[in-house]
Parts: sequence; structure tokens; C-alpha cells
Amino acid sequence: MTAAASPEPGPGLDSQDRITEEIESIARDYVAGTESQPRLDYPPYRSSLLRHPTKAPEPVDPEGVELVAPVFGELDLDASEADLTLQHDREPIGERMILTGRVVDGDGRPVRRQLVEIWQANAAGRYIHERDQHPAPLDPGFTGMGRCLTDEEGRYRFTTIRPGPYPWRNHRNAWRPAHIHFSLFGTEFTQRMVTQMYFPGDPLFPLDPIFRSVVDPAARARLIAAYDHDLTTPEWATGYRWDIVLTGPHRTLIEAGDR
Amino acid sequence: MSPVPTAGQTVGPFFGYALPFPHDSELVVPGSAGAITLSGVVRDGRGEPVPDAILELWQPDADGNVVRREGSLRRANAPAVFTGFGRASTDADGHYCFTTVVPGASFFSVTVFARGLLNRLFTRAYLPEAADAFLEQLEPARRSTLVTARDETGLVFDIHLQGERETVFLTYPRLEP
Repeated sequence: MTAAASPEPGPGLDSQDRITEEIESIARDYVAGTESQPRLDYPPYRSSLLRHPTKAPEPVDPEGVELVAPVFGELDLDASEADLTLQHDREPIGERMILTGRVVDGDGRPVRRQLVEIWQANAAGRYIHERDQHPAPLDPGFTGMGRCLTDEEGRYRFTTIRPGPYPWRNHRNAWRPAHIHFSLFGTEFTQRMVTQMYFPGDPLFPLDPIFRSVVDPAARARLIAAYDHDLTTPEWATGYRWDIVLTGPHRTLIEAGDR
Repeated sequence: MSPVPTAGQTVGPFFGYALPFPHDSELVVPGSAGAITLSGVVRDGRGEPVPDAILELWQPDADGNVVRREGSLRRANAPAVFTGFGRASTDADGHYCFTTVVPGASFFSVTVFARGLLNRLFTRAYLPEAADAFLEQLEPARRSTLVTARDETGLVFDIHLQGERETVFLTYPRLEP
């Protein structure tokens, strides 16, 4: 890549070695089992420096709307939005894959009939977003955005192609491991979350400050989908499975048979 | 044993073609009876605007009812149907704007997502005259970050992710560290 192609300056960026040293130093000081979420204050991810609150969040008991989630349904989306390979008049290039899993709450109950949104880069690691200008091809057969509703068991299911890794400018020669962004709602607004799903065995894992901002190794492992050969379809698509656990809920669920 | 909640991750810089939807920030039709704006600027720790944030608004209707109605994502088809949910992305100046109604409750529920923000943040935008036990126990300077101000078209709620005027963000029981 030439410097002219970069909207942000190349010179002055830290090296991967420097970032890795910071990542490993934080990891050495971490007491295992004490965290499950990413740190908001994670200096190796340079964009977080001025964008993390420095004061502890204020504890509050949820009330009113916070105890309910927005409702989505058939009015909001078409079933076809769950297949990211059929959004254009040609098929996308790349490894076709089926991605499925369950969304459950903190008590293990399925989150039913709720919205799941995903977005991702194409097989070459390029996002269709205007801000992604790195020299990898756009794919006229692929947008990289999908939606579906979970079923009665909390299951979601998408057909897509496997995204590629892509370069970014957190530091020199920074590359994100391949990932798919997920946006999730629960039964209460306090369960709202956005996260990223990764693929098994990615060699970029140790080097990536966004993945490593989840300092707990077991919590990071839960962000990685599992290859599932039973889901793989002959002559058609590979299969990956990834389950998501939301926080809460707070309301006592008294509906009979709710499990 | 309860399952452990999945870790959040940043929304990143490329949500712009995925999370926004037509009329996402218009919970009611602009100019309709009772319509107001809820708007503001999202700023970082240096006071610079954050141009790549997206906010979500979730609120009761004007009578205080929490509606359980689908159709937010297809608002263009039924613009008069109030669902209580909306999204607004910040522009190049960090500015966002919802068109909605004054809720029949003391606050709007707001979530904040941005590039550089590693997990979503929860907060409340209280009506100017609202008072409750939670607000009362905050020191005045902190309390003021949660209270909207009036302008000529509605209510203003600026969000400071960091710094002297840092917005009070919330944690609820069972939200994991």
C-alpha cells in the first residue's frame, strides 16, 4: 500500500511489536476469572484512548422501558435477508458458509422472536463502506449485511460467505482477524449488545488489540465460532456454530413452561 | 450454573451500511402533532466531536405506555405507527437528532455505540423537570449530565464519553464486569 492511499499518516504509527508488548503486559497483570467483558480503557486500541469513560458506571435498578425490549417481527424484515449470498443478481465470491446458533439470556432461556443483525467484510477483506479504501476488490455480488429473527428456541441462521482479514491503521501493519459483527436484543433493553464473532485458529488473534481487549482468555474463546461438520452441506457450504449469552434478565419470568 | 454472558466488542467504523435504516431517527413524523427533537453532540475526552457514533433511543409513548409494537425497521410503510425505538448516527460534527414525542415518563433510555468504544454504554436522558431517587443521590455536576435542556425545537442531550463533563453511564444488576 502506498502512503498516498492512506487517509491517516503512516509515519509515526507504532510497530506491531510495541502493541504486542502492551497487550502482553496487560495480560500478565490480569487475575484470571475476574472479567468477562472487554476493557473500555484498553490503550493498545488507540481509538479507545479518548473514547472511554474514566468514571465507574453508576449502579441503578432498571425501571420502566429498561425492563422491556423493542419488539421486531415479520413487519420489520423479509426472510430473504438471512441469506447474504442472494442479495444481488450474481453470487458473491468466496467460501459459502452456514452460520447458526442460539441466543439465550443469563438464565439460559431462549431469546425468542428477536432481531439479530450482522455485517461483515467480503471474502477479500473489503467492506462496502466508503471509509474502507484499502486496495482489495469490492464484490458486486455482496453487500455484507443480514438480518433475521430468532425462532422459538432462540436459534438464528444465516447463509453468507466467509469474510477475509483486513488491514487498519491502529498501528503499522495492523490486521483484523476475520470476523462478523453481531447486533443483539434480549427481552429487556438492559441486555442490548453488539459484538464480533471470530473463526477458529486465526493466526492474527494474539496481535489484535480489539480481540485482546477481552482480557480473559476463556471469555475470548467464547467469541470464536466452532466448525460443525454436521452443519456442513455436501457440495454447497461449510457450517459454523456460535451461541450467544446475553446478560440478565431482571424481571422474574413467571410464565408457565418458560424453558 | 448460569451461562457466562458473551463479551461485547466495538461496533467499529463500518456499521453505516448495516445498522441505520430508512427514517430510523424519526419515531414520529417530523412536523406531526406533538413532535419534538431530541438532539445533541457526542464528544470525546478532548471535547472533539465523535463523527462515527450511533445512538439508540427507547421510550414510552406520550401517555407513558411502553408500546410492544413491531415495524420500527419499516417505518416508511407505516409512518404514523409509534414503536418507541429509533437509531441516530452522528454526522461529521458529532451531531445526532431524533424526532419523537415527550415520553410520559421521567426519562428516555439511550445506548451509545462508537468506533473506539469497546462496549456499548447505557444512559438515561431525563426530562428537564424530572426528579427521582437515582438523580437525587448524584452530586449536582454529575446529575446535570443526565438532564436534557430545552431548545426551540425540543430537548438537547449532549454526550461526553470522557472528560470533565463526562456523562453518567449506567450499570444494572447482573451486568458483568
